[in-house]
Amino acid sequence: MGMTITEKIIADHSGLKEVHPGQFVYADVDICLGNDITAPIAIEEFEKAGISKVFDPEKIVLVPDHFTPNKDIKSAQQSKSLRVFAEKHHLKHYFEIGRMGIEHALLPEKGIVGPGDLVIGADSHTCTYGALGAFSTGVGSTDLAACFATGKVWLRVPESIRFVFHGKAKSWTSGKDLILYTIGTIGVDGALYKAMEFEGSAISNLPMDDRFAMCNMAIEAGAKSGIIAPDKNTEEYIKGRFKRKPVMYHSDPGCNYVRTYEFNADKITPQVALPSLPENTKPVEEVSGIKIDQIVIGSCTNGRISDLRIAAGILKGKKVHPSIRLIIFPATQEIYKKALQEGLIETFIDAEAVVSTPTCGPCLGGHMGILAEGERALSTTNRNFVGRMGHPKSEIYLCSPAVAAASAITGMITPPDEIIKN
Amino acid sequence: MKGKCWKFGNNINTDEIIPARYLNTTDVKELASHCMEDADPNFMKKIKVDDIIVAGDNFGCGSSREHAPIAIKAAKISCVIAKSFARIFFRNAINIGLPIFECPDAAEQIREGDEIEVNLTAGEILDHTLKKRFRFEPFPKEMQEIIQVGGLMNFVKKKMAVG
Ligand code: SF4
Repeated sequence: MGMTITEKIIADHSGLKEVHPGQFVYADVDICLGNDITAPIAIEEFEKAGISKVFDPEKIVLVPDHFTPNKDIKSAQQSKSLRVFAEKHHLKHYFEIGRMGIEHALLPEKGIVGPGDLVIGADSHTCTYGALGAFSTGVGSTDLAACFATGKVWLRVPESIRFVFHGKAKSWTSGKDLILYTIGTIGVDGALYKAMEFEGSAISNLPMDDRFAMCNMAIEAGAKSGIIAPDKNTEEYIKGRFKRKPVMYHSDPGCNYVRTYEFNADKITPQVALPSLPENTKPVEEVSGIKIDQIVIGSCTNGRISDLRIAAGILKGKKVHPSIRLIIFPATQEIYKKALQEGLIETFIDAEAVVSTPTCGPCLGGHMGILAEGERALSTTNRNFVGRMGHPKSEIYLCSPAVAAASAITGMITPPDEIIKN
Repeated sequence: MKGKCWKFGNNINTDEIIPARYLNTTDVKELASHCMEDADPNFMKKIKVDDIIVAGDNFGCGSSREHAPIAIKAAKISCVIAKSFARIFFRNAINIGLPIFECPDAAEQIREGDEIEVNLTAGEILDHTLKKRFRFEPFPKEMQEIIQVGGLMNFVKKKMAVG
């Protein structure tokens, strides 16, 4: 029987001709990743085991991005442990502030990950790189420690669910809306342990930035990974970035999916996920008018250049509503610089928004925009769990950059076409 | 593995297993003393060595913190049986050597207080109180091997010493 793209990548990295769902394998890892929260524990485990050398200093990536620039002494200690480890083992990919970005925007941008790779990261949103046609999944700190030593990871081959998006997404419907709609349909454990494979004409037409946003949120449906087979858009994106030889895998006709969902992309309007689970989605029209205190545009989901362009397009020549605090986080230094060159930053500042250096910041309630009791945020991030952005009695609504920008002007949840008529 | 069952519902998250306010330590005894605190504040007072946790769907969902399975293991719970586990909790449990089993029928029917025995090699859970037997699909032998040597780092050390 034919294999899915996910099965093919795992088989090739395990030295096997064929694998099937449920099978246990030890796979070779192309890239493994840790951040300032998870890597310190991995480093501790690695050292406790008395192993003196990492498997390959070119394949380990450390990104201090969650609490950086260090927000307090504890986070400074955590970041320091990464820096010391990186120096000691001559790691090629250690990203100090000033060079860093949010890990899941940074690795594709720097060409560290690419099509056909098998990637693990001690961060649940590692599934983002599936947008490049890679198998990429989040693991724990001990997994990372073991990978530092051996370059391998144990995996149970996941079953795949296919999501076909027919038609073409309407102008204000982004990748974020497609994935919110999907999670709303299948629930937060709708793809538990499984690989989510996205395809169809609406996906072929989707820019890379939107594909990253979709695969980023596969974990929000409980999935092990999200994946989109590489195509012309992918090739275009990796040109000049990815230096290794890309391997373009595709699912075989007749391969085995446990389930197929078919959606009509033209019918999907911008979505909003209500507190406190990403599955509580509603079309924006149904929740418009809800008053908001803070709006966040950024994160590994929606802090890329096209997200900022969309937001600036809506905010140009307008002001943020007096009752709103708008915080914008370009995801990487490169995105920040591009936004500066294109005049987007000026648009944001003229609109009276805050623009921050790249960091995870408020996405996990770390720093740079924590919510007080009873406050309500609208955010382009990926999780709206209780207390995620601050006080346990604050609320988070999730949306696309277009909805966030439109709402910043009115002070309440607003469909973008009410601000800009197409 | 043999012990008394303590039962929990669906979607028990890592904050209930080990609340974030205790994450400023990696001392396993201290972590154990707060095990399941936000799901059942009296849990640690009630349990005995080798007792068993039985839960519903998606046990261990939420953050990827390894402190959650560590707290359960250090509390001397012998194993966790659930309808399903959240993915990263599942990995972390195997990696630190905490035995876990997926068995929807057992998770459904076993009652709090029942005397339970798990027979690994036979792939069987026995409820001595109910006098019932449940079968589960044993994990692949490779996964059992990791659990048996006490976790992934021990396993890696052994492999590296041999290889
Ligand atoms: S931006 Fe948010 S979701 Fe993404 S890596 Fe940072 S904390 Fe995690």
